[in-house]
Amino acid sequence: MTSFCTNYHSPVSVEEAIELLRHYDGDARVVGGGTDLLVEMRRGLRRPVMAMIDATRIADCKIISRSDDCVLIGCGVTHTEIINNATIKKFGTCLAEGCGVIGGPQVRNVGTLAGNVAHALPAGDGTMGFLALAGEIEIAGVNGVRWIPARDSFAGPGRSVIDRHREILTRLRFRAAVIGEGSAFHRVMRPQGLCLPIISMAVSLRLDGASISAATISMGPVGPTPHIADAAMKSLVGDPPSAEKFSEAAEIALQNVTLRGSKYRATTEYRAQMIRTYLPLILARAAERAAASRHLAEGVAS
Amino acid sequence: MSRLQMTVNGQEVDINVDDSRYLSQVLRDDLRMTGTKIGCNEAECGICTVLVDGTPVVSCVYPALKANGRRIETIEGLDQHGELHPLQQAFLDHGAVQCGICTPGVIMTAKGLLDQKSAVGETVTEADIKSALKDSYCRCTGYQSIINAILQASGQNVAPYIPATQAAGQTVGQPRPNPNSLAKITGKARFTDDYNFPGMLYARTKRAGIPHGRILSINTAAARKLAGVHAVLTHADIPGRNLHGVVVADWPVLCADKVRYVGDAVAIVAADTPEIAEAALELIEVDYQVLPIVSDVIAALRPNSTLVHETHAEGNLLKHIKVRKGDLNAGFAAADVVVDQTYRTPTTEHLFLEPECSIGVPAGYNPTKFGGNCDLLAVRGERAKHDKTTIYVGSQIPYTDRDQAAAALGVPPDRVRVVATLMGGGFGGKEDIVGQIHAALLAEACKRPVKMLYTRQESLMVHPKRHATIIRIRTGATSEGKLTAVEATLYGDGGAYASLSDKVLTRATTHATGPYDVPHVNVDCFAVFTNNVPCGAFRGFGVTQSCFAVESNMDMLAEKLGLDPVEFRRMNALDVGSVTATGQILRESAGLNECIDKVDFDMRGQNFRWTWDEGHLRYAWGLAVGYKNTGLGGGAPDKATAEVEVWLDRQKGPQAEVRISSAELGQGLPGVLAACVGEELGLPAEQVNVLLGDTDFCPDGGPTTASRQSYVSGNAARLAARAVAAKLAPLAAGFLGCDAATLEFIDGEIIAGEESVSVAEVLTLAEASATSTVAQYEYWAPKTEPLGSGGDMHFAFGFCAQAVLCEIDMRTAEVNVRQVIAAHDVGRALNPLTLEGQIEGGIVMCIGYALTEHYIQEQGEPWTNVMARYKTPSIVHAPKIISHIVEHNTADGPFGAKGVGELPSIPTSPAITNAIYRATGVRVRSLPVDQDELLKAIRTSATEVELAWGDRDPIPTIKFGGER
Ligand SMILES: Cc1cc2nc3c(=O)[nH]c(=O)nc-3n(C[C@H](O)[C@H](O)[C@H](O)COP(=O)(O)OP(=O)(O)OC[C@H]3O[C@@H](n4cnc5c(N)ncnc54)[C@H](O)[C@@H]3O)c2cc1C
Ligand code: FES
Ligand code: FES
Repeated sequence: MTSFCTNYHSPVSVEEAIELLRHYDGDARVVGGGTDLLVEMRRGLRRPVMAMIDATRIADCKIISRSDDCVLIGCGVTHTEIINNATIKKFGTCLAEGCGVIGGPQVRNVGTLAGNVAHALPAGDGTMGFLALAGEIEIAGVNGVRWIPARDSFAGPGRSVIDRHREILTRLRFRAAVIGEGSAFHRVMRPQGLCLPIISMAVSLRLDGASISAATISMGPVGPTPHIADAAMKSLVGDPPSAEKFSEAAEIALQNVTLRGSKYRATTEYRAQMIRTYLPLILARAAERAAASRHLAEGVAS
Repeated sequence: MSRLQMTVNGQEVDINVDDSRYLSQVLRDDLRMTGTKIGCNEAECGICTVLVDGTPVVSCVYPALKANGRRIETIEGLDQHGELHPLQQAFLDHGAVQCGICTPGVIMTAKGLLDQKSAVGETVTEADIKSALKDSYCRCTGYQSIINAILQASGQNVAPYIPATQAAGQTVGQPRPNPNSLAKITGKARFTDDYNFPGMLYARTKRAGIPHGRILSINTAAARKLAGVHAVLTHADIPGRNLHGVVVADWPVLCADKVRYVGDAVAIVAADTPEIAEAALELIEVDYQVLPIVSDVIAALRPNSTLVHETHAEGNLLKHIKVRKGDLNAGFAAADVVVDQTYRTPTTEHLFLEPECSIGVPAGYNPTKFGGNCDLLAVRGERAKHDKTTIYVGSQIPYTDRDQAAAALGVPPDRVRVVATLMGGGFGGKEDIVGQIHAALLAEACKRPVKMLYTRQESLMVHPKRHATIIRIRTGATSEGKLTAVEATLYGDGGAYASLSDKVLTRATTHATGPYDVPHVNVDCFAVFTNNVPCGAFRGFGVTQSCFAVESNMDMLAEKLGLDPVEFRRMNALDVGSVTATGQILRESAGLNECIDKVDFDMRGQNFRWTWDEGHLRYAWGLAVGYKNTGLGGGAPDKATAEVEVWLDRQKGPQAEVRISSAELGQGLPGVLAACVGEELGLPAEQVNVLLGDTDFCPDGGPTTASRQSYVSGNAARLAARAVAAKLAPLAAGFLGCDAATLEFIDGEIIAGEESVSVAEVLTLAEASATSTVAQYEYWAPKTEPLGSGGDMHFAFGFCAQAVLCEIDMRTAEVNVRQVIAAHDVGRALNPLTLEGQIEGGIVMCIGYALTEHYIQEQGEPWTNVMARYKTPSIVHAPKIISHIVEHNTADGPFGAKGVGELPSIPTSPAITNAIYRATGVRVRSLPVDQDELLKAIRTSATEVELAWGDRDPIPTIKFGGER
């Protein structure tokens, strides 16, 4: 199938985009880089739409900025721009790492973080990194603008609370890591014909004195939507980082999800084993980074 | 429609385009810039990569209107005023171009990297290249040459990797880029889809979509009525024979009564646009009575099984192939140790990056009637006339295509002409008929040119694959380490039609002892019809499959015997004087021991250990050897005819042209033929033009299969050149006043002792005396004998040894190949540069066989229906390859050469699983290795893995000699 739309619009402001969405009244689709949407159209998995609203020429949508304690990312920002951005590498390391494993450069040069989150797959790699930073997204539509936690935006595999026919994800933000915070990401793949991860995980944590005072763990695919391992996160708080603690957290995370085997991708056992192996490792890495940030701040060579 | 303004290679473009258009379509179709290639339209292969504002993007999913206001760079803009870009030069120098279909995308991706690095003043590293080209696939080169070329282009001093070879002649043995590489690196090279004819229509095929069914009715009325549709054809419209097949004609051109696999063709449509043709397919109604499916080779042979071909005399048994030698019982009685194992190999896909495309042009086609001229005129001069039905296709067997198309059209073969276009990879997968006949039928029905381009998804579903096999093999040896007996039984899934199953599985059977001297042998092979996708030729031709079983058993035996696996192989290796499994005595050119020695020496370099740990990574070496026949063998007449002509060009001096219908798949045949002709005539290879694959202008070179072209067509070219030399000799002798028999042709001169005359001078004499300077030579390869006769089944064999260094992540069981040391006995290296390309590409292809590739079918339905589901090795998987070329000259091959095309793709996979065993204690019995299963085995201390990635059921138990 080569046809994907009748009218292709490239609005230059959010207002113009919303006006177009209002005009087409549901027969439009927002597109970012198109690396998910157009591949699906090419494969005939999705019908052509009357209008495609390209979100990547909206004024300022290519900007990554820091204001107050937040890092803001426009909906036109590509994975390549994220992984090359010093602010994100420093204040949202796991996001840069997650975006860094997506596709190849050709896809990263075009695909956006907004698209990755809006696509709402159970294990988008950029999404996973963003969730571990407790990121939020701004949704604009005919009824106004709202910010919601990204974790609340998933409605099922590929289903988002964003109405992608009428609304647009305009910006993403996360609270910049402060001294004593660190994050990390890891994904396990197989080399055979499946582009979906066996497991994709990200963590961030904060050290207060010798103890962990906060932790966020995201992982997928372990269910229909990206998962936040709340119980495992809680279990970490109050104790100093240690291999035992991290392994225990992995076990708790496993107890709180129903892993499923997926055909040709991974058995339940393998998935569980990968969580057991890598969750402690990335927790340790995040803890090291958190500690290193303190050393740096204190001017101690790390 | 919207206005699109952009610059392409510095030129302003301002056009109106349909809003629903991709950048690749605008470039290729609207701007007719066909340098940018299409391999998948799925964002998977990367060959459509162009630069947008300096960054690489895949143009096949990039909406054209996204390019508005942007700066686009494509391959066509790279060379400036005839000056090659450093990347282009480096790709030439390093032989990083084979079929060339990936080259534009790979070069543009690399350009993005180089530009970016030079902007910030950083040096390019190998790691940068691997990360930048991660999703830029190449199926031919194995990537090492690409990496080296990019390093060179970035300003680093990297010499092309060319192993040492015996002293070169004037042209033979000289490393030289394939003559067509220049066109491929500049985007000028044209593959079939790059041709356009005035008035051309676009065709699509209605597929069965079900694996097995009886056709009750076909209704095309609605499709015919669709505006823009010119013809809808079914079986009823075929004027001639409604069957084709390379070996046996059992495959309907368009199915009439029954469909036997999902890809079977039921109707074909030609329309004004591909989109209309596609829409028409939806309107064709076919009613089926769905039939039970045969998908399991063992069940297929049970007496009550459903039949795929009701009229085939032996039911679903396509062929039973037998090899018998000595006395098996005596052999096993003499054995002190025996290993008896069953293995399974997967169905695999060639994944040549150019999907199949054929263009049919009707007899009497006049382009001016459609308001244009054939752009082909520029390319082929007077050869571009269309006085008969003409098919443009990248095909491995042009003459067979011609004969089969003629049969279907109901005309004599000489009323059809096949013009071979450049092929974007073949690997055996372009031997069978796919769209050739359909394009011709539609062209004649519409009296217009018709292009039949397959989508990647269609290509995956339709063309024959590599046979899946189940192989039980029992190997016996004495306690000293001498092999005494091999017994094996193979089941090969031939799929729905015969294709080349008979030949391929015969090769699997005859090579089932490996390249060893085994006195007592009993091998049975059952080629079976099923409702799976047909299987046919694929580089390695059955031997890749049996080698996996043979070489796994060899390592197990060595362990049981307490022998070094290399030593054990040396003790049994075939050598001159040995007798093969089919009873053939090897009289010459059996360099296996030298291959083993070379590989062993390198492997055991400094601080050798079979296995060691670095953190959670475990490293281990594994080794395997292989051999492969050159030529058709088995008594099949194996010949090629070449024509060579020499003339004097006033500006360029003496020119030669060699004409032969053999296929260039990217393996470098033109360079080899030019070298053979140049050597005989004393002309530089640059002065020898090579015209391949035009059934009206080139004599038949036979099929491009069985690693036979260097040997058979090389000889034909060489001997035709010698025949031309013989015509020039009397003139030169007359001029020099000497005996014609003593003349030598060297460096453009014809020499007798101290005296000499230039070839140019002699050509002037020839012109004046109206002496013909053209000659044909029909070369017959040495006669072979059928299997079972005990005589020479083949006229030559190539031998090789490969050692691989595997890295296994003990936490995930992920396997990577880090290094390969290889030695190949090729007889003689005719062109070491392109030869090394064959070796590296073949090895990496076989790494894919071991680790990534499985064409999965579920009850006759391909699960592997998109390219995203079939991963071949990417640059990330590319190992460092150290290669030795061993040259045990053959007496009859051209300058001592024999074949090499398939050899490198044979032993790599068992070398890998042997390394995995050494590292983990786990024997992998099915390919491709599944990290999930392997980790389970490692963690539970199991000693073997039976399920590969994509397997659901355990390997069935099979009886020696089959059930019957
Ligand atoms: C070869 C290949 C490899 C890939 N590898 C990976 C991988 O490793 N990991 C991974 O996570 N993904 C991968 N992807 C998927 C894809 O590239 C990413 O998900 C990417 O981030 C999608 O972004 P996009 O801008 O291209 O989204 P689009 O395709 O444009 O859109 C995706 C979805 O989001 C909606 N959308 C996009 N932008 C907005 C917006 N601003 N507001 C509202 N809705 C919007 C669209 O309507 C659509 O439903 C791969 C894709 C390809 C082709
Ligand atoms: S990635 Fe575009 S054609 Fe394959
Ligand atoms: S040369 Fe790369 S695919 Fe053929």
